[in-house]
Amino acid sequence: MAWETVIGLEVHVQLLTRSKIFSGAPIRYGGEPNTQACAVDIALPGVLPVMNVEAARMAVKFGLAVDANINRRSIFARKNYFYPDLPKGYQISQFELPIVGAGHLMIDTPSGEKHIGITRAHLEEDAGKSLHEDFHGMTGIDLNRAGTPLLEIVSEPDMRSAQEAVAYLKRLHTLVRYLGISDGNMQEGSFRCDANVSVRPAGQQEYGTRAELKNINSFRFVERAIEFEVERQVERIEDGGEVVQETRLYDPNKHETRSMRSKEEAHDYRYFPDPDLPPMVLSEEFVEQVRATLPELPQARQQRFESDYDLGHDDAAQLTADRDTADYFEAAVKTSAGEAKTTANWIIGELSGYLNEENREIADAPVSADMLAGLIDRIHDNTISGKIAKEVFKAMWQGEGDADAIIEARGLKQISDSGAIESIIDEILAGSAAQIEQYRSGQQKVFGYLVGQVMKATKGKANPQQVNEILRKKLDG
Amino acid sequence: MALAKDTVYRIGRLARIHVGDEEADRYADELSRILDLVEQMNAADTERVEPLAHPQERSLRLREDEITEADQREAFQGIAPAVEAGLYLVPKVIE
Amino acid sequence: MHTKSLTQLVEGLRSGEFSAVELAQWYLDRIERHANLNAFITVDRELTLAQARAADQRASQDAPPLNGIPVAHKDIFCAEGMLTTCGSRILGNFTAPYDATVIERFKAVGTVILGKTNMDEFAMGSSNETSYYGPVRNPWNPELVPGGSSGGSAAAVAARLAPAATGTDTGGSIRQPAAFCGVTGLKPSYGRVSRYGMVAFASSLDQGGPITRSVADAALLLDVMAGFDPRDSTSVEQEAPEFTAALGQELSGLRIGLPRQYFGEGLDAAVQETVREALKVYEGLGAKLVDVDLPNSELCVPCYYVLAPSEASSNLSRFDGVRYGHRAEHYDDLMDMYMRTRSEGFGAEVKRRIMIGTYALSAGYYDAYYVKAQKLRRLIADDFDRAFEQCDVLMGPTTPSTAFALGAKSDDPVAMYLNDIYTISVNLAGLPALSLPAGFDARGMPVGLQVIGRYFDESRLLNVGYRYQQETDWHDRMPAGIE
Repeated sequence: MAWETVIGLEVHVQLLTRSKIFSGAPIRYGGEPNTQACAVDIALPGVLPVMNVEAARMAVKFGLAVDANINRRSIFARKNYFYPDLPKGYQISQFELPIVGAGHLMIDTPSGEKHIGITRAHLEEDAGKSLHEDFHGMTGIDLNRAGTPLLEIVSEPDMRSAQEAVAYLKRLHTLVRYLGISDGNMQEGSFRCDANVSVRPAGQQEYGTRAELKNINSFRFVERAIEFEVERQVERIEDGGEVVQETRLYDPNKHETRSMRSKEEAHDYRYFPDPDLPPMVLSEEFVEQVRATLPELPQARQQRFESDYDLGHDDAAQLTADRDTADYFEAAVKTSAGEAKTTANWIIGELSGYLNEENREIADAPVSADMLAGLIDRIHDNTISGKIAKEVFKAMWQGEGDADAIIEARGLKQISDSGAIESIIDEILAGSAAQIEQYRSGQQKVFGYLVGQVMKATKGKANPQQVNEILRKKLDG
Repeated sequence: MALAKDTVYRIGRLARIHVGDEEADRYADELSRILDLVEQMNAADTERVEPLAHPQERSLRLREDEITEADQREAFQGIAPAVEAGLYLVPKVIE
Repeated sequence: MHTKSLTQLVEGLRSGEFSAVELAQWYLDRIERHANLNAFITVDRELTLAQARAADQRASQDAPPLNGIPVAHKDIFCAEGMLTTCGSRILGNFTAPYDATVIERFKAVGTVILGKTNMDEFAMGSSNETSYYGPVRNPWNPELVPGGSSGGSAAAVAARLAPAATGTDTGGSIRQPAAFCGVTGLKPSYGRVSRYGMVAFASSLDQGGPITRSVADAALLLDVMAGFDPRDSTSVEQEAPEFTAALGQELSGLRIGLPRQYFGEGLDAAVQETVREALKVYEGLGAKLVDVDLPNSELCVPCYYVLAPSEASSNLSRFDGVRYGHRAEHYDDLMDMYMRTRSEGFGAEVKRRIMIGTYALSAGYYDAYYVKAQKLRRLIADDFDRAFEQCDVLMGPTTPSTAFALGAKSDDPVAMYLNDIYTISVNLAGLPALSLPAGFDARGMPVGLQVIGRYFDESRLLNVGYRYQQETDWHDRMPAGIE
């Protein structure tokens, strides 16, 4: 039987605010335990939450970016459960009226663009962390993360394969970083994904029973976890069994999902509107002010790169995958007289190579967009060849100055004086009678050897085009 | 409305309140009487009434995104039942 | 010294008749002498005297008027460095690491913390019998309850163990003990006084306020307590007027609404008669009486006993033995630690309310209980809006009867809850209300007159109370046997 996979994703995005969502404590990853947990975060008796305006702005920004309804009136509710890393015994979240309503994202699939519905996105606070290293058989609780703002983005069950789920996640990941609302760091947990997975016979309308996969914190794991789970469900049904609605944990080491039924025991969250927080009412003006800060969105930018700069789809997609790279590209193109395509090649090739090697972000690359533009200009006006340019780039990376300074200091300027080139060629030819003979008898590849000799004699600085022309003229003369 | 003992046990577990066998009947009885009182609400017709969550129905004030709280771990953990290496200790949490 | 009003004490401090240390000493001695009333949970003599000494050093013409005045605080307000138990065993070892906004405000004007007063556990009770630290006794008759939950504060002021005190009121917890103890109690409008640092019982209903001998003293305290607090999202962003400045206005033409439902079945005859007498005083001052209707007010008790326990069940989840407070000594695992800690730490009434609230919010019952109660809450609030179209203030009894005997209702939660039938709807609507001493019943127990005002109309409310106290001396009576 043919099976169809149905996937919906719930993504928790940590918002990049300075302070926590309901307190004035700072948010920094990796601080000493419990040093960033204030009275509100550790839920001392009597403390009260006060909502951070920036978290609301970021949520609205996201909503506008996915064409969603912004609920101008939204409600914070309490989700009640006991857990040691949840200091109040409830999590402040949004339940019935979230800040962001229905919207959508477009993803690329092998069969073209596909519309993925976004059901809702709501604001909530993160919990602390339980550290299971052994403290005499006890667990340690660090509440630094407690109260960090999260935007939980819930998709419709619109994805039909693990690949589509990954495509959606990547789009979302690019988008939140573009919007500047999250750093999207998956290792540090700023971008976390739960997947609802079910299967049904192809053609069937009703959804099958779904399992919720938790704790899948890399794109690769998402794909593998879903694929494993789909296989498990299909096998189960084909063996005459049934899929149980449950939460399952993905174990990347064993590459399997396993039931977390123990955790689900008697869950009844008893949601109710938080009496400490009246309804959040956002004015039209507030929403419009946020709209005015929206950057050009990645998909629009990619299309513009293709048409304005005459770039191919793949190049444009790579350059717009994150906002800093796209900004870098545009800044370089703007100040350079060279072709946009050349700039694109340098970014995707040389620059990315160095960044990857040193595991750096483009924002702190030692070669700025202006410096790269200066280098490309020297290629464009024939001051240096492409090959010499790589040497100059390396020197720039090592902090020796901009392209002009390096070319000057290292004497890398191309020799374009035809008289000078001609006399060097004459010198070479004078000692190459045998090669001239071979060339004239039809061995074309000797020409390359002779060009090489000239370049060697000029330490690569002779304008290769001129060398070609003059040499050819002399030999064919 | 009379509460079943099973319900009393279930509520106790949810609320993390221990209900001993000898207490269950008493709880069932007391809670049932309170529920009888509470169910007098049904006398009111609230068909077309919007719920009122807060007196005077004000809207939420939003604060600027500023760091206003300094580290007070020492003071806070000075009153904690069990701490080590800056962490609050609890019986092992089983994932 | 303890017969002086706050204004007189302010004058005495200013003129140098006595120092803040002498004043504090005087009251500390009285507290010790009347320890049998059990009005206080914590008295820290050294700390109080140190604060008084500091006040004496500050004393000058520029010092704030209340500099050096000792005030007792309900043990629900966190005060840095002081035990803050909320009447519970679970906070029996909790030394607050911060000041509630109310405490901060009292410190800012130079008042001295006289001690932390006894209360029903987590403010859940109407008799002060649910306190882990033992019941408070009514100074007018030690066999009777002082009311609750702010029973310690009311008893302390009545017995002149403190010139003034703070309380909190979720369903009548300032007004009912004020009535039972023959003192003045004000529950301000919801949002008037910051709730930050006040251990939460039912967040949408709780409000702190003064318990004093007179309305004039209450106005002085409210001037300190009221005002916007950015740490409380339900605090109203509006400058509080100077309440003391509003006192003394004429009352001619004042329309007093008498809710029919507050004079019906269940009201003790002596209480009814006393309230009618008080109304005559107002008529004498030129006020007009108007009958009004609060048709849903009888449903306020059921409504309240859904909303308050629901909010409480969630508010009290933080008491889990992890970060502060009591933790059970022996346990098998995490679940067992939670269960034992909370079962040992909370008393019977608190557990009952947590159970009821948990049930009301649980899957399948939420709409029938919680949402229904919120709808009813709107009907009750709307009733007040309509009534205030016909009048400026509402008056009636604070309680259906005067103080009852210790133990009389402690086995019957429902009977206990019905004690708050006249006070609860005010909290549901968020309105300000005052309880004034208005006379005594045949047993010599005080009767309270309740005056309810429009939202944020405390100035008028206080003036209405003040004018009554100029005409009567009930508020100056002292319990016999308290010398």
